[in-house]
Amino acid sequence: MSAMVDEPPLLSVRGLGKRYGAQLGCRDVGFDLWPGEVLGVVGESGSGKTTVLDCLSGRVAADGGRVAYAKADGTVVDVLRLDEAARRRLLRTEWGVVHQHARDGLRMGVSAGANVGERLMALGARHYGRVRGRALDWLARVEIGEDRIDDLPETFSGGMQQRLQIARNLVTEPRLVLMDEPTGGLDVSVQARLLDLLRGLVEDLGLSAVIVTHDLAVARLLAHRLLVMRGGEVVESGLTDQVLDDPQHPYAQLLVSSVLQP
Amino acid sequence: MTTRYNFAYLDEQTKRMIRRAVLKAVAVPGYQVPFGSREMPLSYGWGTGGVQVTASVIGPDDVLKVIDQGADDTTNAVSIRRFFARTTGVATTTSTEAATLIQTRHRIPETPLREGQILVLQVPIPEPLRWLEPREAETRKMHALEEYGVMYVRLYEDITRHGKVAQTYEYPVMVDGRYLMRPSPIPKFDNPKLDRSPALLLFGAGREKRIYAIPPWTRVKSLDFDDHPFEVEHWDRACDLCGAQGAFLDELIVDDKGGRLFICSDTDYCARRRPAGEPRPGA
Repeated sequence: MSAMVDEPPLLSVRGLGKRYGAQLGCRDVGFDLWPGEVLGVVGESGSGKTTVLDCLSGRVAADGGRVAYAKADGTVVDVLRLDEAARRRLLRTEWGVVHQHARDGLRMGVSAGANVGERLMALGARHYGRVRGRALDWLARVEIGEDRIDDLPETFSGGMQQRLQIARNLVTEPRLVLMDEPTGGLDVSVQARLLDLLRGLVEDLGLSAVIVTHDLAVARLLAHRLLVMRGGEVVESGLTDQVLDDPQHPYAQLLVSSVLQP
Repeated sequence: MTTRYNFAYLDEQTKRMIRRAVLKAVAVPGYQVPFGSREMPLSYGWGTGGVQVTASVIGPDDVLKVIDQGADDTTNAVSIRRFFARTTGVATTTSTEAATLIQTRHRIPETPLREGQILVLQVPIPEPLRWLEPREAETRKMHALEEYGVMYVRLYEDITRHGKVAQTYEYPVMVDGRYLMRPSPIPKFDNPKLDRSPALLLFGAGREKRIYAIPPWTRVKSLDFDDHPFEVEHWDRACDLCGAQGAFLDELIVDDKGGRLFICSDTDYCARRRPAGEPRPGA
């Protein structure tokens, strides 16, 4: 970890806030994410985890704060103040977003191959054979058989849809991936395989990721560091093992002790 | 011409408004300009957009030709031609060469257009991204930011399912390397005629309230993949009436024994190539 200290953080968030009218979404959220690091955001339902992620990806407009992102070319931009064209370009090229429900992230009406190829074609790929080749590559990497490339995502199981969504995002080799409950709604054995896959990909590609989850087991497996959120605020942060094995804040203690041990 | 109507039916204020939209459309090739579409004395889908554009650009010296699916003698063509004859008193013709202003539905004439002519196309759905992205606000943003990847997703899907791009009409084009455009339901056979056309091409969508344009000599490229280039339809036979090779042919069933004819869809072009003495449609 010491080698990372010299590098600037990939993402530096300060004072991020969002209200939905009288309702608080999140308040004064801040963290740093270093290259190659996976940050988990945990907390109960309604704690503001997804709001934080949506503010980062621009799906929801934040009320205030700063999200400094170090682009591949070395320049640092404030994502919240980018114009829409630049923000959307960033989302297509250097960022990826994996949604909780695969339906939100996939085009259900077109084949798996087209889903994976979309980002390539949006970035100017104009050779059918090569787009298809890359799609086949990526389907294999997420363990989807190549005979399924022309099938609609609707015919896929929940776990496959989630893996397809991951392939669709990673095909352009983004530097930062935002994931909202990537294993939500999957049964435990499928979850385990998906987690294995994610861990492998993060390692191979040197991805940085922010993963929102309510599942502490998922957080322990994937995340290097954790933020614990409650009522829209970060109540504790630290290394994953440290937070999960020795929680300091009363809420974090409650959260950790609520996990069922089989 | 009687005095019951203003020249070309529309009032002068409306014509000014539409001309402003047309000017903007010409200035930004392929961009869909919103305009205040009026109720016209024909139903939506029959060419209300085209009629309004024609009414706004027509002058007393114009010679008007109206085409419906290539033909000068079908209901829509006859009605619109008569409408303008009554409300403007201009000369009408079925000849592509003689016309200065041509309103058309779903075809571009086989006879090459020349500089100075205006072709007005009737458009049912102007938005090329319509079946790919349902939100109008979003499609406008996609045009503004040139986010056209999803159109290629559709071509990809066609090639995957059918081995080629299955779209045979309304084949999407890029205008001047900037705006994605739906060229109205002309067969893709006519797409090459859009590229660097000497004539001004105006597109009017009445129900959707949009006008767009391709100014003369503008680059227009049909979308394709490097390894699946754009192609037009071919027929391995000639027109049964005039013997034309390489024209767009309609299939006509002529009896109940399976007899059929393949004839040019452009009736003016076909009639001109036939021996003198045979009747000419629309005459």
